[in-house]
Amino acid sequence: MNLTLFIWRQKGRDTKGSLEQYEAKDISTEMSFLEMLDEVNEQLIKNNQEPIAFDHDCREGICGMCSQVINGVPHGPQQRTTVCQLHMRHFKDGDSIYIEPWRARAFPVIKDLITDRSSMDSIIQAGGYISVHTGGVPDANAVLISKENADTAMDASECIGCGACVAACPNGSAMLFTAAKITHLASLPQGQIEAARRVCIMTEAMLQNGFGNCSNHYECQAACPKGIRVSFIAKLNREFMKAHLKDSV
Amino acid sequence: MLLDGKCPSGPLSEKWERHRQNLKLVNPANKRKYTILVVGTGLAGASAAATLGELGYNVEAFCYQDSPRRGHSIAAQGGINAAKNYPNDGDSIFRLFYDTIKGGDFRAREANVYRLAMLSNNIIDQCVAQGVPFARDYAGYLDNRSFGGAQVSRTFYARGQTGQQLLLGAYAALMRQVKAGTVRLHPRSEMLDVVIIDGEAKGITVRDMVTGHVGSYAGDAVCLCTGGYANVFYLSTNAMGSNVTAAYRAYKKGAFFANPCYTQIHPTCIPVSGEHQSKLTLMSESLRNDGRVWVPKMNGDKRTPNEIPHAERDYFLERKYPGFGNLAPRDIASRSAKEVCDEGRGTGSSGFGVYLDFEDAIKRLGESVIRERYGNLFEMYDRITGEDAYKQPMRIYPAPHYTMGGLWVDYNLQSNVPGLFVLGEANFSDHGANRLGASALMQGLADGYFVIPYTIAGYLAQAVPGRVTAAHPAFIKSIEDVNSLTKKLLSINGKKTVNDFHRELGRIMWEHVGMARSEEGLKRALKLIPELRSEFWQNVKVPGSSENLNQELEKAGRVADFLEFGELMARDALNREESCGGHFRVEHQMPDGEAKRDDKNYCYVAAWEFKGLNYEPDMHKEPLTFENVALAVRSYK
Repeated sequence: MNLTLFIWRQKGRDTKGSLEQYEAKDISTEMSFLEMLDEVNEQLIKNNQEPIAFDHDCREGICGMCSQVINGVPHGPQQRTTVCQLHMRHFKDGDSIYIEPWRARAFPVIKDLITDRSSMDSIIQAGGYISVHTGGVPDANAVLISKENADTAMDASECIGCGACVAACPNGSAMLFTAAKITHLASLPQGQIEAARRVCIMTEAMLQNGFGNCSNHYECQAACPKGIRVSFIAKLNREFMKAHLKDSV
Repeated sequence: MLLDGKCPSGPLSEKWERHRQNLKLVNPANKRKYTILVVGTGLAGASAAATLGELGYNVEAFCYQDSPRRGHSIAAQGGINAAKNYPNDGDSIFRLFYDTIKGGDFRAREANVYRLAMLSNNIIDQCVAQGVPFARDYAGYLDNRSFGGAQVSRTFYARGQTGQQLLLGAYAALMRQVKAGTVRLHPRSEMLDVVIIDGEAKGITVRDMVTGHVGSYAGDAVCLCTGGYANVFYLSTNAMGSNVTAAYRAYKKGAFFANPCYTQIHPTCIPVSGEHQSKLTLMSESLRNDGRVWVPKMNGDKRTPNEIPHAERDYFLERKYPGFGNLAPRDIASRSAKEVCDEGRGTGSSGFGVYLDFEDAIKRLGESVIRERYGNLFEMYDRITGEDAYKQPMRIYPAPHYTMGGLWVDYNLQSNVPGLFVLGEANFSDHGANRLGASALMQGLADGYFVIPYTIAGYLAQAVPGRVTAAHPAFIKSIEDVNSLTKKLLSINGKKTVNDFHRELGRIMWEHVGMARSEEGLKRALKLIPELRSEFWQNVKVPGSSENLNQELEKAGRVADFLEFGELMARDALNREESCGGHFRVEHQMPDGEAKRDDKNYCYVAAWEFKGLNYEPDMHKEPLTFENVALAVRSYK
């Protein structure tokens, strides 16, 4: 099939970008979306034009590196699917496709479709961990964890840190991302001791890194390729309240 | 020259303990005076950087991804082995050791493998303490599953995302140290050279992939945790960015490269769909626990799988290996799949695929149990192929997946270059000629959490901290070399893209240095690869400049190294006149097609020393001695 692409091109962080038009010809439905872009890039290189820069790595939907807004939707039209796992069978001949980078205050564009997402690492650095040193820990079965709690922790921990939730949010909030980590750790007995402190410093870090706040649009959940649920935000709010109630007593 | 692995003496089970007692320590107050450069932040790199940071060393951590959370360890699905024996099914440290040695076809060091088996239990404890959400049963205890090459259930797992969860645990520990100020992170940074001063590794040269700036970092020791080289095949299950550059450039600076021909072809990947294919996707081997592998008995049978009655199906793994059945080790399962496809019984439009069928398991256990165990894998399969594996069998085919070879290291994980340590998949040490499933995660974390923190002290204790700075002429020379290589790549302005060359190299490697190798094919590869390389340097087209983000330039540097490295692989495969594990020479097989090892002549590690691009490398041997296991024919029948 043949497609018309409108792709965001931007030379660098401080330069102005714009949507440029490209033609993608003879695209097979078996290709992945990124393989389609590979094809376009090969042609651009052969025509002495600079290829389109985009982030990608594992191409199996787990590393969280790929990050494109396709026709206005982070990661594109297929639910619970990263760009790298999206296949061209979901498009049809003659389609126009708009491809843009993540758009959020906390994610400045580096080049074309590549953004700087180190602000998400900063949130984790603030407290997204259990403070355990290597060695000197009890036997793995010494602390039992109910299957229910282990499953909730796993559901939350499936987050791949791609930032689609932020890109989808009208406020550019990282609430779903932060809530997933809070829920993961607060669901486990090992994570309880630091729970109150953790939720306070992580939400603080979220604001300091230029992310907005949550006003319950739920766009994040719709965009999340791993099905992280907004109920985790409720869990974060609950943990936050608990922490502050403790403070005031 | 004979190499010495410096394995400690004494009974197998006491070697590590004794060794630790004899290792020197660095005083807590002195640790911060030492700078350790850790390259790569997968399981080995992240766990090493975090732990060294915790100990108080000054750590600089580098990765090419935008965040250290994205190393390709993240893609490991199935699980991590440990000798906990929680299921009470007869497992022990010795059994895990024995299975790993045997799985590796008796081409690994006993002492290393035993240490790995011992540390496996500590890893599980550590990960649980970090909050890794392993699968649990209804009583709250940890759950185990079985895996290829083992007759006990010793694999811990977190749905089909065990690698992700373990890496996020190590990443979290690393982030904690970044906040504590002991580790400084350098994401989007690619190591392009190692700097050696007076014979010791004292720094690295790195390109900032955003600004293009090439700079040097001096340190007291360097840890390469840069993964494997399966992308030499172009199509593999590795991430697009996975490369051999860091390891290969260390090799060019004098580090020995051991057993490069030991590559693992994973049996359960989604088959190739066409020329456009950019990478292959693995389906976890754990699927073989419940899936049955088959092809039609009849050649060229074009019926849909559900139309073919049981009696007309060949469950070839169960037939050939009744003891292990569908859980036969990876190399055996892969080669068997290739054989039936070469006979013309393959499935799918290309004919290069075999069925992995869950019909019986669904009948036995119910769809909900299968969904619980493998739901995400079935979903992934559907996303890529558009097929529902609950209703029809999956199609799978082998793909390059893991590389057992790597930089040569001794028992301390130190290469022959003092101060240069190599961890995880980047080294050669623990898996011999074939790695068993769920053992890569184990090795990466054992090296990073529990081995390097001890062994690096042994080196550092005798080194003067901060002896060299990046102002040393060796660093300036290294930067010049890197810049001139970049300039050269950008100036060729030929007709073919980097991908064109990579794809062509992949074809040569898959054809001649792949699953089945022959003297004739290997010699052909040794002719074709240098030809392709010389064409590359005359006709490659690398657009853009070196002064900003340039993904084609990054790729070009990596492919340039693969074009040299492929030759080393072929040379090693040609030298090894035997079949063992992932290395199968068609000249050396049993009458029934099984691998024929030659313990008399090849029971050694082949470590290659670079002698210049136009010269043959020198080979050094490290003889392998087995004091605790009898070398047996590796039979899984």
